Amino acid sequence: MIKTWFEKFADNTTGQIIFFAAYVVLTTLGLFLLSDSVTAFLILLLSLLILYYLKLNIKIKWALGLLIIAVLVPFAASQGSSYQSFMDVGTLVLIYVAMSLGLNIVVGFAGLLDLGFIAFFAVGAYTYAIFGSTQANHFMPFGHYPLPGDTFWLFIPIGAIIAAIFGILLGIPVLRVKGDYLAIVTLGFGEIIRIVLNNMNKPINITNGPMGIPSIEPPRLFGIAIQNASQFYYIALVIFLFAIYIATRLEHSKLGRAWKAVRDNEIAAQAMGIPLVKTKLAAFAIGASFSGMMGSVFAAKQMYIDASSFTYLESTIVLVMVILGGMGSIPGVILGAAVVIILNNQVLTDISNTLTQLSASGVISVPDALSPAKMQRFIFGILLVVFALYRTKGLIPHKNRVFNVSKLKREAAAEKNKYKDDPEVEGSES
Amino acid sequence: MNILEIKNLTKKFGGLTATSDISMSVEKNSITAVIGPNGAGKTTFFNMITAVYKPTSGDILLNGKSLVGLKPHQVCHFGITRTFQNIRLFSEQTVLENVLVGMHQRLKSHWVGTLLHLPAITREEEQAKVEAYKILEYVGLEDFVNESAGNLPYGAQRRLEIARAIASQPKILLLDEPAAGMNPKETKSLTDLIHDMRTRLNVTIILIEHDMKLVMEISDYIYVLDHGELIASGKPDDIRNNKRVIEAYLGKEASSLG
Repeated sequence: MIKTWFEKFADNTTGQIIFFAAYVVLTTLGLFLLSDSVTAFLILLLSLLILYYLKLNIKIKWALGLLIIAVLVPFAASQGSSYQSFMDVGTLVLIYVAMSLGLNIVVGFAGLLDLGFIAFFAVGAYTYAIFGSTQANHFMPFGHYPLPGDTFWLFIPIGAIIAAIFGILLGIPVLRVKGDYLAIVTLGFGEIIRIVLNNMNKPINITNGPMGIPSIEPPRLFGIAIQNASQFYYIALVIFLFAIYIATRLEHSKLGRAWKAVRDNEIAAQAMGIPLVKTKLAAFAIGASFSGMMGSVFAAKQMYIDASSFTYLESTIVLVMVILGGMGSIPGVILGAAVVIILNNQVLTDISNTLTQLSASGVISVPDALSPAKMQRFIFGILLVVFALYRTKGLIPHKNRVFNVSKLKREAAAEKNKYKDDPEVEGSES
Repeated sequence: MNILEIKNLTKKFGGLTATSDISMSVEKNSITAVIGPNGAGKTTFFNMITAVYKPTSGDILLNGKSLVGLKPHQVCHFGITRTFQNIRLFSEQTVLENVLVGMHQRLKSHWVGTLLHLPAITREEEQAKVEAYKILEYVGLEDFVNESAGNLPYGAQRRLEIARAIASQPKILLLDEPAAGMNPKETKSLTDLIHDMRTRLNVTIILIEHDMKLVMEISDYIYVLDHGELIASGKPDDIRNNKRVIEAYLGKEASSLG
């Protein structure tokens, strides 16, 4: 009964659009009126997931999705006092989504387990931080620093390029090892980068060591300084869209197929003419560049960075996003990153705050140590175990591209075919 | 005219000599079989031609050019591809994508062009898909286009390996036990396919095979290895009656009985 109704619904495009429009309007209004409600915010975001599962034209889906994240979410959230905190979470989600899309290229497509991925984020962040603050005066023989905020836009591609170079530098020695050994070496690399950044204050002060780099210039656009989370949200959004574009375009290209071939069987891939080293390095470099771009944004947004933001735990969290979402699956990875960040920064903190309030007013007493915000790692641990046991392929498992067989057949029949005899002498092959 | 010349090829793994001093010459557009008991060094021999292993000494010449020292993917660019004894498909990818990977070195698209959405690259991709479909039709896998390669039945997986290999338009195709595990009917259609590939695709075929019926039926020339050494070579009829070959396969007593 329910199933037939559901199938009917899946065929009914107008019905879907009406339903979806109603949902979006209601939830937008809901958040607009209950301005500080985290639940309303989440229900509005859920519309994106619903949109993903609707059977609509892909272009309509993209247009609707963009409308929601670029217009409706910021608009609906703008009323309450939590506006900036909502947008802050939104920005973080976008930053981490782009990073996990990058890691997905390395781990999901090319099958190279990288446990030190945050290093590239750090490289991108430090690149802007050093030149966007007075820090560069310590070692640069020329120029006056900080560079003005208008140069920030240049640092997005620069961050990408420098991270890509580091990706290649990591790749060259690391590609001699495989599997578990690769994981250990990348873990080491991640830690080396962090420790080096933490200690590069002598003999030449490049990173200001454990003191970190303070007062990083805010980006400027047409003379306006960008300082609020609601403004950074749009910068992150553009890079996020760029990252999705690159990842989806490459997935079904010659390079994407080469990555997956190397992942599935290295020896066969080589025998088919795929250069192993070049292909793997491309994965490292392109994956790292996503992180590098977002690193610059992160540094500008935080206005202060030190090496403690780039610990091994951060690498793990990005990896968790990829695994939770579904390795090799672009929509999965996006969902995975969103779930982890929202759970971490909004849901758990929100529950903790409610509990603290309740215990302060004496309704219940929850010891501070049991506050959900402090059990973050515990909760992720449980989640991972559950996923490893019951949903090994992630929230939205990777799906292979489906080719249109009848179209291929038609085109193959229309063209000259050297694999077939002329129709008159048909039938020598099986 | 000889397309492939192998000169005194030797491979040692530490103290163990896997193949020793093998020389052979393969005529263009012929079907050559390499046979021998298990452990004779046949697959090692293939692995040296495709640069998976570097020979300890000796030389491999394709149309007079040495292949020794190249990387495996470069050997493919020179026009030699292979199938594998233990099937090595890209099992997570679809059947059509496997064939597309086989075309890798023929496609010119650069990833930067892919990102820029250049029309030439879109066109190339479309043509590649159609050609991949033609190849699948040719080997009889057109019903499995969107199936994951790992889910195919065994015989179909062997055919897909051949499809993937011919997608690179090789000059020489190395088949490592193509009929292993096939039933007589499948073997028969494989034999037909190999015959057809030679004439239609103008490819030179070298195969390792244990199915003697198949070997005797399709080979122009046979090389026999035993314990890493070349013990006999000749036309199928010569090999059938060669004393050393019978010894190698069945033992000395059998040959004296015969």
